[in-house]
Amino acid sequence: MNEPVMSLKDVSHVYVNDKGASLALENIHLDIAPGEFVSLVGPSGCGKTTLLSLLAGLFPPTLGSVTVGGRSVQGPSPAVGYMLQQDFLFPWRTIRDNAAIGLEIAGRRNEKTMAAVDHWLGELGLEGNGGRYPHELSGGMRQRVALARTLVTEPDVLLLDEPFSALDLHIKLQLEDLVQHTLARLGKTAVLVTHDLAEAAAMSDRVIVLGKGPGHIRREVSIAEPIRQAPPTEARRMAQFQSVFDQLWAEFNDGDGKGGDQHG
Amino acid sequence: MDNRSPGAEKGSQSDSALSESYPSRDTESREAAISGVQEERQALMDGLYGRYKAKTRQIRGLAALTQLAILVLSLGLWEIAGRSKWIDPLLFSYPSKIMELIYSMASDGSLWPHVGATVGETIAGFLLGTLFGTALAALLWWFPFVSRVLDPYLVVLNSMPKVALGPIFIVALGPGLLSIVAITLMVTVIITTINIYNRFREIDSGYIKVVRLFGASRAQLFRMVILPGSFPVMIATLKVNVGLAWIGVIVGEFLVAKIGLGYQIIYGFQVFNFTLVLSSLVVIGVVATIMYQLVAALERRLTEGWRER
Repeated sequence: MNEPVMSLKDVSHVYVNDKGASLALENIHLDIAPGEFVSLVGPSGCGKTTLLSLLAGLFPPTLGSVTVGGRSVQGPSPAVGYMLQQDFLFPWRTIRDNAAIGLEIAGRRNEKTMAAVDHWLGELGLEGNGGRYPHELSGGMRQRVALARTLVTEPDVLLLDEPFSALDLHIKLQLEDLVQHTLARLGKTAVLVTHDLAEAAAMSDRVIVLGKGPGHIRREVSIAEPIRQAPPTEARRMAQFQSVFDQLWAEFNDGDGKGGDQHG
Repeated sequence: MDNRSPGAEKGSQSDSALSESYPSRDTESREAAISGVQEERQALMDGLYGRYKAKTRQIRGLAALTQLAILVLSLGLWEIAGRSKWIDPLLFSYPSKIMELIYSMASDGSLWPHVGATVGETIAGFLLGTLFGTALAALLWWFPFVSRVLDPYLVVLNSMPKVALGPIFIVALGPGLLSIVAITLMVTVIITTINIYNRFREIDSGYIKVVRLFGASRAQLFRMVILPGSFPVMIATLKVNVGLAWIGVIVGEFLVAKIGLGYQIIYGFQVFNFTLVLSSLVVIGVVATIMYQLVAALERRLTEGWRER
């Protein structure tokens, strides 16, 4: 394996608020290789999103270290792109201006980078929509704008926080294909958080199953080569796919029953 | 990928795609047989739509007619009651006398300085109130600790009738324009601050996360998300402030002015000329309505296309 592009070492995270302190993650070790597509699955409350936030640098871990691209994470950086569950496009900005917001924040909005914005909008099937406003677009189109917004700043790694879960099924499948295809073509590393086991199995090279109480890594499942190579919609139809899904399903159900006891 | 994208687009607008694809598929396959059915369907829908439109038009007309009838009846009754001395015309005057006075003051030009002064003070009051209120809200947002400390003071100030501070302003700023604007500002600024600051805090955290993930500074967050996201509320507050500013200005003019519609009311009261009092009220009603409608039109212009999910 190459030098990992993202890695978490001995990471634990505690949330503190008025009600008290709660342990969200405990002793997480995780290395992600360049170009790898890794999914995190697990029951709600297992710390999936916390893990993603730590990688994004939204807050530092309570214990342990997080590195991206060999450097310790010190806050959000342009090297890391993040896609949220909802598109959160600004209703007062046009599609083009929405896609360019990362460039504006970095002070890099100019003719050349705006050409890149238009290129990405075209690439993601949004040609001719640059002047429209978000409310004029469907949910699937808006989420593609959000993807363009993330890719325009040319991040090395992408963190995907359930970006498909709010979409209708067939748009979700189309977008899964589009995202996987685009990331594979660019050779980007990606971490996807999802609660959809089939989505995780169809899109990833590796699936990490997390358990809760506190959040920990239960198992890693490597996805067989043919499924990895195929676009997600096709992967779902392959013969081997069912066994991968069953394996994850079993792991998941197991986690609900025993995971708590082991750590409780 | 290019073939996929148009497909994705069509799929994502599935509602309209579905409702369109059914009839069109029918027409392709059985065009001749179906054409009669299609006309029939169109006729049915046109009929229903026509009936719906006729009904809404009818209700609108009836409402307008009733409104007009109420106006004419009450004015007529007032006029008759005044002229036949059922009510004391010295105290209550009557519409034709009021209109006559307004007309004569308008034509000899003595009305306009009063209207000008009052309108100027009102505009200054609600613009400054909205501006200062927004600035204060920004301050509270920028320094959460300040907001925490000031919270009880804001609550007390907001519950207090601000015009009660009038005498203090008059002593401090002298009896004149400055005091009137200060009173108006006081009436509008606190509620503006509270409304806009609340909106600042209600901005969906997802939007904030988006810019934070791009590494935005606090100033960028404010300029790109918080301020534009609060824009409709700021405009709506402007509208509320038009009404509040009128209260401040009229009370201020009651207290100190030598000119203005509020001054005319007080003057008319002192010399027992209630026709003057009532005509000033009518002018205020007209001018205040025009001002409100202008701000409402401005609101529609500025928030056009601006729509939240």
